[in-house]
Amino acid sequence: MAEIHLKSLAHSYDTSANPPEYAIRQMDHIWHDGGAFALLGPSGCGKSTLLNIISGLLKPSEGDVLFDGVRVNEIPPQDRNIAQVFQFPVVYDTMSVFDNLAFPLRNMGTGAAKINSKVTEIAEILELTDVLSKKAANLTADEKQKVSMGRGLVRDDVSAILFDEPLTVIDPQLKWKLRRKLKQIHEKFKTTMVYVTHDQLEASTFADKIALMYGGQVVQFGTPRELFEQPNHTFVGYFIGSPGMNFLEVKRCKEGVCFDNIAFPLSDAEKKALQHSTSNNLKLGIRPEFVHVWDKPNSQAHEASVEFVEDLGTYKIVTLTLAGVSIKARLQEDQKVPHKSTFISFPEQWLMLYIDEFLVEKENNHE
Amino acid sequence: MNKPHSNKAWFLVLPVFILVAFSAIVPLMTVVNYSLQDIFDVSTRYFVGTEWYREILNNSRLQDSLVRQFIFSGSVLLIEIPLGIGVALMMPKSGKWSVISLLILALPLLVPLNVVGTIWQIFGRADIGLFGWALNSLGIDYNYAANPIDAWLTVLLMDVWHWTSLVALLSFSGLRAIPDAYYQAASIDRASAWAVFRYIQLPKLKSVLLIGVLLRFMDSFMIYTEPFVLTGGGPGNSTTFLSQALTKMAVGQFDIGPAGAFSIIYFLIILLVSWLFYTAMTHSDNK
Ligand SMILES: Nc1ncnc2c1ncn2[C@@H]1O[C@H](COP(=O)(O)OP(=O)(O)O)[C@@H](O)[C@H]1O
Ligand SMILES: [Mg+2]
Repeated sequence: MAEIHLKSLAHSYDTSANPPEYAIRQMDHIWHDGGAFALLGPSGCGKSTLLNIISGLLKPSEGDVLFDGVRVNEIPPQDRNIAQVFQFPVVYDTMSVFDNLAFPLRNMGTGAAKINSKVTEIAEILELTDVLSKKAANLTADEKQKVSMGRGLVRDDVSAILFDEPLTVIDPQLKWKLRRKLKQIHEKFKTTMVYVTHDQLEASTFADKIALMYGGQVVQFGTPRELFEQPNHTFVGYFIGSPGMNFLEVKRCKEGVCFDNIAFPLSDAEKKALQHSTSNNLKLGIRPEFVHVWDKPNSQAHEASVEFVEDLGTYKIVTLTLAGVSIKARLQEDQKVPHKSTFISFPEQWLMLYIDEFLVEKENNHE
Repeated sequence: MNKPHSNKAWFLVLPVFILVAFSAIVPLMTVVNYSLQDIFDVSTRYFVGTEWYREILNNSRLQDSLVRQFIFSGSVLLIEIPLGIGVALMMPKSGKWSVISLLILALPLLVPLNVVGTIWQIFGRADIGLFGWALNSLGIDYNYAANPIDAWLTVLLMDVWHWTSLVALLSFSGLRAIPDAYYQAASIDRASAWAVFRYIQLPKLKSVLLIGVLLRFMDSFMIYTEPFVLTGGGPGNSTTFLSQALTKMAVGQFDIGPAGAFSIIYFLIILLVSWLFYTAMTHSDNK
């Protein structure tokens, strides 16, 4: 097992281009030893590229990859003690399931008795025992993917197992079950696991910590709750949550920042950050879950017109317009559904200030 | 369940049926017809049953031809299939050099059969041919016109030169169709280069190789033009393969009846061997 440190890492597939286009833009990141991590982000943001750099299938064009502090840039995947599972199942068609699972062990020169017990154990966990003697070519897509995973799991030399959207081809029912299974395997073996996905639900059910990636960089690394409550970039706010965060473009004014003619007071730390910055790209973000919808007018509420209401079964999302800007709010289960217009307020503790798309901390803990 | 029954659907099959009838069944039945009769002229013919068949099967010259033919086709497959795969494995995967090597490989396939024969006929001559001259200068006594083994090897070499490209191109397309993830997974699994070939490339090549094997078998089993142009089937009968033996019988001696029986047997052998290859290469899938 190992800690994986990505140091000033950047990657461009075509370094001859001028200027080079970066699939990974310079970043630093540490995957701690033994954790279950998700690497979450939209398609094309560089997740697979990052994973292939960690496993050694790709050599980064800039920066270093360190395993437990040792630079491994030049070490090929075979010698990195890394297992990787790909989006589409890779099985050795002509081999039996048993031979597939035993393949990496045999290549390492493991003894037959050890192979037998290890393969049996993993087949048991993945519920492949019944098909062990079957030819891999004749398996269903999800059995094949389990075999692909199994080839990573049988090895006990691995420092980390990397999963690149491994459940794409699996039925939703089974997806959930396999994800649980992976989680259990993690709890049992405590191997570092990095799980790539573009599905936030998948990420939060699997991982202790999620790295959210955007435009070739990890923009936030935190627990699912941190990503939800304190998105440190507007993209995180927009990408996490369903629907994503509401953003109001605001201007400086003497109370702090103002939207239309509504003034929002700021914390001392926020005020200070605002003074230090000359930018006019200022936004306030608030999650639909935290927008307060009132049945009756009151002193702190603002009238907003109702555009439409979506019923999502257990709760409803209402889309409102306030001063020409669309705002979504989540209604409580027992709450009256407003018609035409309603009154909303923004609890101060859930209002996040973003300068140039980056979060300003409400309290300055760094001083 | 009672489905409405209509025979009109048969009309839709009719065009295909007519096409197949005229292109295959009618000519074949004509040959069957010939093979069962002794024909002297248009009005004088006798039904002879299986007599021609017995005669053909007992004809020792034809038996020799058949053995020669099997050895030839076997050699062609044993050389061209592995060689073609090898060439495909060594080809650049992409870029300018990939295109150039594809073009070079395609060239021999564009040369007509009789031209191939003529090229090698001259190329192999000891007096004016570069190949024959070079071999003889090296002290190798090479003469395809006099030495049966030399003639035989020349025909084989010609075929390899002409058709290995086909296998290579088929294999190349098969290799290109293997997703990168297979190679990536193999390197993560620490597979050796041989294991990658044995467990990834070869299995993925199976379907194109099946086509390659069938095409090369059928084609080489019917080889005619090249040995005919090179030595006319000689020296002696050493390069007289089945097609040429058949032509001699049908056109040269005008023995239509035996030639008909010969054709049918020839056809059945090709069918049988192709079927054997096909089942041998596909049946291992079902387990
Ligand atoms: N082999 C490659 N050659 C060139 N560009 C690539 C290659 N693979 C990926 N890219 C580019 O790099 C970026 C990141 O891709 P990828 O890592 O596959 O994203 P993700 O896995 O998050 O969907 C994309 O813009 C993609 O077009
Ligand atoms: Mg990807």
